[in-house]
Parts: sequence; structure tokens; C-alpha cells
Amino acid sequence: MDKRAMHGIIISVQKKVCDVRKKIRKFASGTGKFFKNPKKYISDYKAAKKAIISDVYTPLVHNPENLLEVNNLKMYFPIKAGLLKRTVGYVRAVDGISFNIKKGTTMGLVGESGCGKTTVGRTILRLYKRTGGQVLFEGRDINKLNKKQLRLIRPKIQIVFQDPYSSLSPRMPVGEIIGEAVREHKIVPKAKFNDYITKIMNDCGLQDYHKDRYPHEFSGGQRQRICIARALALNPKFIVCDEPVSALDVSIQAQIINLLKDLQREYGLTYLFISHDLSVVEHISDTVGVMYLGDLVEYASTEMIFHNYKHPYTEALLSAIPMPDPTYKMNRIILEGSIPSPANPPSGCKFHTRCRYCMDICSKQKPKVIEVEPGHQVVCHLYDKEQLNSLGIDPEEIVKHEK
Amino acid sequence: MSKNKFHLSALTAVFKKKAVAIEAKKAHYISGKESRRISRTNRRITNRIEKERKRKHVPESEYLSVMRDPNNVVEFDNVHTYFFTDIGTVKAVDGVTFDVPIGKTVGVVGESGCGKSVTSLSLMQLVQRPQGQTVEGEIRFNTGSKVYNIVKTPTSVMQTLRGNQMSMIFQEPMTSLNPVFRIGMQINEVLELHNPEMTKTEVKAKTISLLELVGIANAEGVYKMYPHELSGGMRQRVMIAIALACNPRIIIADEPTTALDVTIQAQILGLLRELKDKINSSIMLITHDLGVIAEMADFVVVMYAGRIIEKGTAEEIFKNPLHPYTKGLLMSKPIVGKKIDRLYNIPGNVPNPINMPDYCYFKDRCVKSIDVCNGQYPPMIKISDTHYVACYLYAAKEEK
Ligand SMILES: Nc1ncnc2c1ncn2[C@@H]1O[C@H](COP(=O)(O)OP(=O)(O)O)[C@@H](O)[C@H]1O
Ligand SMILES: Nc1ncnc2c1ncn2[C@@H]1O[C@H](COP(=O)(O)OP(=O)(O)O)[C@@H](O)[C@H]1O
Ligand code: SF4
Ligand code: SF4
Ligand SMILES: [Mg+2]
Ligand SMILES: [Mg+2]
Repeated sequence: MDKRAMHGIIISVQKKVCDVRKKIRKFASGTGKFFKNPKKYISDYKAAKKAIISDVYTPLVHNPENLLEVNNLKMYFPIKAGLLKRTVGYVRAVDGISFNIKKGTTMGLVGESGCGKTTVGRTILRLYKRTGGQVLFEGRDINKLNKKQLRLIRPKIQIVFQDPYSSLSPRMPVGEIIGEAVREHKIVPKAKFNDYITKIMNDCGLQDYHKDRYPHEFSGGQRQRICIARALALNPKFIVCDEPVSALDVSIQAQIINLLKDLQREYGLTYLFISHDLSVVEHISDTVGVMYLGDLVEYASTEMIFHNYKHPYTEALLSAIPMPDPTYKMNRIILEGSIPSPANPPSGCKFHTRCRYCMDICSKQKPKVIEVEPGHQVVCHLYDKEQLNSLGIDPEEIVKHEK
Repeated sequence: MSKNKFHLSALTAVFKKKAVAIEAKKAHYISGKESRRISRTNRRITNRIEKERKRKHVPESEYLSVMRDPNNVVEFDNVHTYFFTDIGTVKAVDGVTFDVPIGKTVGVVGESGCGKSVTSLSLMQLVQRPQGQTVEGEIRFNTGSKVYNIVKTPTSVMQTLRGNQMSMIFQEPMTSLNPVFRIGMQINEVLELHNPEMTKTEVKAKTISLLELVGIANAEGVYKMYPHELSGGMRQRVMIAIALACNPRIIIADEPTTALDVTIQAQILGLLRELKDKINSSIMLITHDLGVIAEMADFVVVMYAGRIIEKGTAEEIFKNPLHPYTKGLLMSKPIVGKKIDRLYNIPGNVPNPINMPDYCYFKDRCVKSIDVCNGQYPPMIKISDTHYVACYLYAAKEEK
């Protein structure tokens, strides 16, 4: 073995030993506290947990125009550590967000990776057990459904993933992949089964003879068509599209986006379209939510987000997109550093560590949701007029100064 | 009786389907016997090339060359890089010609599998051997004092060029950083290798200054960290620091920002632009993102299925795209702030790289094809001194 690799192994063993020592010390101190006063220890632990996971919200009044209503949704992942796998903290992947999606429309969800977009999608689908908040699908809280009710509602909410390679079983022919759940949920009578699958496949741009082929024989774009066909075959009302085109080439992206739009028109589908690509989101969405570290920082119609954005993070995100035009004059706002850890988010406004308009109050106090125009919500102190007036700050000054 | 009939019709239906499937498969699959024959031929070809490369004491005259234009740092001249695989020969790069002028950025753009990475690996002589071989053409590399033909340069000489005169930044920095060594040590190592006369303290000082140069605020701290302790953007900065460790004449950046968020991409692109001016080296930037190309490149090369279908200055390619594929590519990407009702989409898929047709590779997807397109592959047609396109639609212009 060469010397370099040997050296590396020694270093990593040393690190391991060091880690184990630290763990033992930590465990000993934890158990020490426990044995001194077990009752107090447990009640402290529970109180701390409750304080972090406060689940307070004003219950929603269902509006029949909306297919999906999300109210103060929270999803915290526990961080386990130590030999007893105690919960030492939480990753606040989704930290209390609210939005709703009208029937037959598309909501886009954008933000840097790790900001919690996928977690929102999966929590809506009840693939994760939510920590707090409400998700109403057609007015019914999906977290309060029992097993049987959930089984009935499952086909109506579908998901299409980013990676068309790992989400298809390699050992099943395509016809079976698409048809399996159709049979299970008895979507169509047996006699019509074959025709039904053929129609769905044709609608998704696949040919009849593709039924007997296996996923590895298809290109990335075609596989994504198979994933869409599989979701569509269950006759859903709502589809969560989690970065469905991010892994595809530009020309194939356009094919899939057009397909999704055509299907929406034909079947009256409602989409939650998750993507980090703002140009794609602008093209496909009716409303857009901008996420940062588990928060929805701006939420409005697509038109407002792209032409009358308010939040400093939206502004920076939009200015970072490279334009396919060499004569375009960039006026770029470079965000310093990267997104902080959601396990230990900054105090006050979570964006204050990177915001160029950051004021004193931003690191101290969480900003409120402000409605700057009808249907346009921003979570930023700059738009909280009353607050700033009482502090004697003129927001115009701050913005002008920076620009 | 009726049941039997039903079975029969079902059976024939199954057979019919099988037949269709087999028909469709034929295009892609070959028998075991055929495959063995192919691998025998492959071995003969690759053994011959490898033997020639492994010779000791190759005279310089065999691999030195002259530039067509001394203002270029790299000239690709009709380069063919093939992979001899068991299912056939993949012509990954099939006759590519373009220049990288000194101090300029050349963007290579195209969809995945079109040969962008293999083109750059050919320049570094890092194509996976023995199955991957540059079988034809010249890649001239201008070091200032000498001009090397990379295709013929022996491996030992190549090692003195790589990392010294040319360096590379990859999409996924984690694969090129060693996970068990501290960042500082990895940069020190490169510096020591290329500057044996430097003392330990000098090396460390240079490493810290490099980390500062690529915009790492806490350079002393990062010096002692392991790669996994850094974010993706920070790792890419470290890779750039390593690439700069020895004043390269050309930096090859293969999708350097594809794995990063737009906000971090903006940081890295800004850094590359700033550094290029500081150290006056050329950049060969490979990406599938037209926006990144428009922002960074002086010259653009558009590739499709192993060939260049259009090349020109950034302005020519973006303001006056000519090839139907370039036009399609530009139209299929939605642009922020310009909402349109329906995206243009190029029909069909990239052809199978093993059985390329002998007519225009784009013809099966082209909406503008004319009669001549059924003939030979179109030649490169000159539009201006810098703008060339391989498409028959512009053949008439040339004759004028
Ligand atoms: N199953 C999980 N367990 C623990 N943490 C998770 C889990 N899934 C996601 N996270 C964390 O939650 C945060 C948000 O992740 P994700 O929703 O995947 O973001 P996005 O899709 O926006 O990139 C990340 O910090 C991630 O590490
Ligand atoms: N090691 C290899 N063996 C066989 N074929 C390869 C190998 N590397 C690349 N290829 C083929 O060469 C072609 C060009 O690949 P590449 O240059 O990586 O494309 P890209 O433009 O996406 O960078 C592809 O068809 C690919 O399948
Ligand atoms: S609240 Fe303050 S820190 Fe947060 S986005 Fe607004 S101005 Fe910036
Ligand atoms: S040569 Fe013909 S087929 Fe090829 S791109 Fe031009 S018009 Fe289309
Ligand atoms: Mg995600
Ligand atoms: Mg590549």
C-alpha cells in the first residue's frame, strides 16, 4: 500500500478514536444529570421538546375554490445523538408555511437546495408525519384521515420525482409499471384496462409497443414520461412535481414541460411544481412561493414575483440567473456565503446573515407576514410600515442607499 | 371452445407484440458472437496504439508541431476520439476543429453525450484508456516556448504539462479532492510538485494566499479542514485554488457550476471572470447552460453528436444563430421575465452514437431539411471570419 493512503487511514482512525472519546464524555455527563434528579430531567426534556414544537394555528376555513390549503405546516426532523439516540435538536426543514392552490392551477415553489422544498411536497403527501399545522385536500385534513380513508384519497394525490432513473423498478416492464397501481386501486374495469393504459401512454407521448420494454431501454426524457404516465393513470387531481425536469437536457426539458401543460388542460390537473430553476417556474406557474430555510418569504402571483418582487432574497435570486444574451448588462447582487444550517437557523429574520438591507431589528425579531398588495405576501421588516415608523426608520432610505 | 379462441387471439397478440419489440430491439442489440468479434478487432487496434505510445525515448520531433496562429494557446485540428466498446465503436468526438485564443474564454455547449467532456479530456490526454483513443487529428498546445501535439506526446512529457501549464476544474469537486487529507496539504502537494525549490514555509504562505485569492474568508481555518467539512461552493473554490497553483496557460472547466445553486454559481462565475483577468490565462468552459456561456464566453462552439455544428463569437451565436439546432436550443429555454405561451421543442432524441447516419446527424429532428440534406454530411460553411455553420441551408451564400 502506498504511503499516502496509509497516512490517510491512520488519520481517520485517530479521528474516530477522538470522536468516540468525546461521545463517551458527553454520554457520561448526560447520564450524570439524569441520575441526580431523574424526574426533573425527564420533565425538562419534555418541556424543551414542547417549546420547540409549538403547534399553534388558527384553523382554516375551507374555500371550495381551493384544492389544497396548507396552514402553518411544520416538519422538523429530529437529530439523534449519543448511545441512547436521544433527540438533541431538530432540523427545521419546514418551519410554519401557509399557502393554497386553486383548482386547475399550478403553484411553483423555488429556493436554494436544502431550503425544504422536497420536504413540503412529501409532507403534503403524508410521506412524512408532519410536526405541526394543517394540510386540507378538498377541505379535509389529510392528517386526520384513517387508513381506509387515506387509501381512497391516495390515488388522487400523486408525485413525480426528479430522478427518473431510480424511481422506476428496473425489473418490471413499462406496461406493468404504469398499470400496477391502476389494478390495485380498481381505477377502471378489467375489460377496459388495456385500452386505458394505451390511452394514458399515448397521451404522455409513449407508443403501444413500449409496454413490454424495460426502463433501462429508455432515455431520461422518456423515463420521465413513464413516471408521469404512472402518476396520471391513477386519475389524480393533484400532482406534486419535484424537480421533474432538472436532470434533463434543455430540448427534452421543453418537451416534458409542454407535456405537463397539455395534460393539465386536458385533465384539469392541479400542480405543485418544485424547482430551483426560476425560468422554468415562471413559465409553468400561476402562483409562486419563494422559500428560504424552511420559511415562505414571498408568495404571490407569478406576474408579481417576477415583475414586482419585494423580498431581498427574491431580488438576489432573480439577479443571479445568467441570461442567454451576451449584450445583457448585469446588475448582479452577489449573495455572500451559503445557506445556513436549518438545524441552527439565524435568529430573527433567517435571511439577515446574507441580506444587504439588514437592519438592527432584523437579527432580533422575526418579521411578520405583510400583504403589500392583494394576494402578495412578503415576510420582511422593510415592508412593516408601522414597525419601522415606531423605530423611526425610513425603508426608502435603506433601499436607495444600497442601490 | 370460446375460451380456447380467446386464448388463441391473446397468444397471437402476444406474438405480434414480441415481433414488434424484437424488430425495435434489433437496432440496439447484437449477438454474443458478433460482440466477441468486435472486441477482438478492438483489442488489435488499441494494442497497436498503446504499443506506440509506450515506446521509450520518443524523439521530440515526433510530437512537436507549429501553431497555425501563434495567438492561440490551443488548436483542435480535425480531432477524432473514439471508444472501442464491445457493442461497437462510439465516435464520441468525430472531427472537431476550433481554436482557443490566448487570454480568451471559449465556451463549448451542447446536450449531454455530445462529446464535450471527451473533447476536453483529449486535450489533457485523460481519456479512459485503452478503449478510448484519439485516432486522428492534432491537438496543438502552445506553451510559449514550444508547441506540443498532445495526440503524439508521450505520457511522461504529458505529466509535466498537466497541472503545470494546463489545469482542470470538474463538476463534482469531491471526486478530485482526497477525502482523508486536509485542504492545505492538498494544495501544498501541488505546489511542492511543481516548485521543488520552495521551502515549507513559503509553500504554506503561497497556499494561504491562493485560498484568499479565490475568496475564502477564513483561509487559515480552511487550510486545516477536510473536504467534507466544506460546502459545495467552497469546495469548488478550493479546486480553483489548486488549478491556479501553477499559473496555467489554460484552465479547462467542465461544468464547474452545474451542481451548485444559482446564487453560488454567480459567486463562482464572478470569481472565474475576475481571476482570468488577473492571471491572463485562457479558459475552455464546458457547460450545457446557455446562460452561463453567454455571460462568460468570448467564443462559442456548439456541439451535436460528436461534431461541431456551429461556432462563432458569443454575439454571433446568440444574436444571429443559424443552425436549426442552435436556434432550437435557444428557443427551448424559457427566459426569466419573458413569458411565452408555449415552449419550442425540438422533436425526437439524439441519435445512437454507434450507428450514426451518413447524412446530416440532425436531419431526423430538423424541421427545415431540404433535398440536399439526404446527401453527404454538410461541410463547414463560412459566414464570417469567425462564424461557421455546418448546414446546407447556408451553402448558397458561400458560392456568392
Ligand atoms: N428524512 C430526513 N431526515 C433528516 N433531515 C432531512 C430529511 N429530509 C430532508 N432533511 C433536511 O431538511 C432540509 C430540507 O431538505 P429538502 O426538503 O430536501 O430541501 P430541498 O428539496 O429544498 O433541496 C435539509 O437540510 C435536509 O438535510
Ligand atoms: N469511457 C467511456 N467508454 C465508452 N463510451 C464513452 C466513455 N466516455 C464517454 N463515452 C461516450 O462518449 C460520448 C460523449 O460523452 P461526453 O463527452 O462525456 O459527453 P458530454 O457532452 O455530456 O460531456 C457519449 O456517447 C458517451 O456515452
Ligand atoms: S427582515 Fe431584514 S434581514 Fe430579513 S430580508 Fe427583510 S431587510 Fe433583510
Ligand atoms: S443540413 Fe439540412 S438537415 Fe441538417 S440541419 Fe441543415 S437543414 Fe437541417
Ligand atoms: Mg429537493
Ligand atoms: Mg460531460
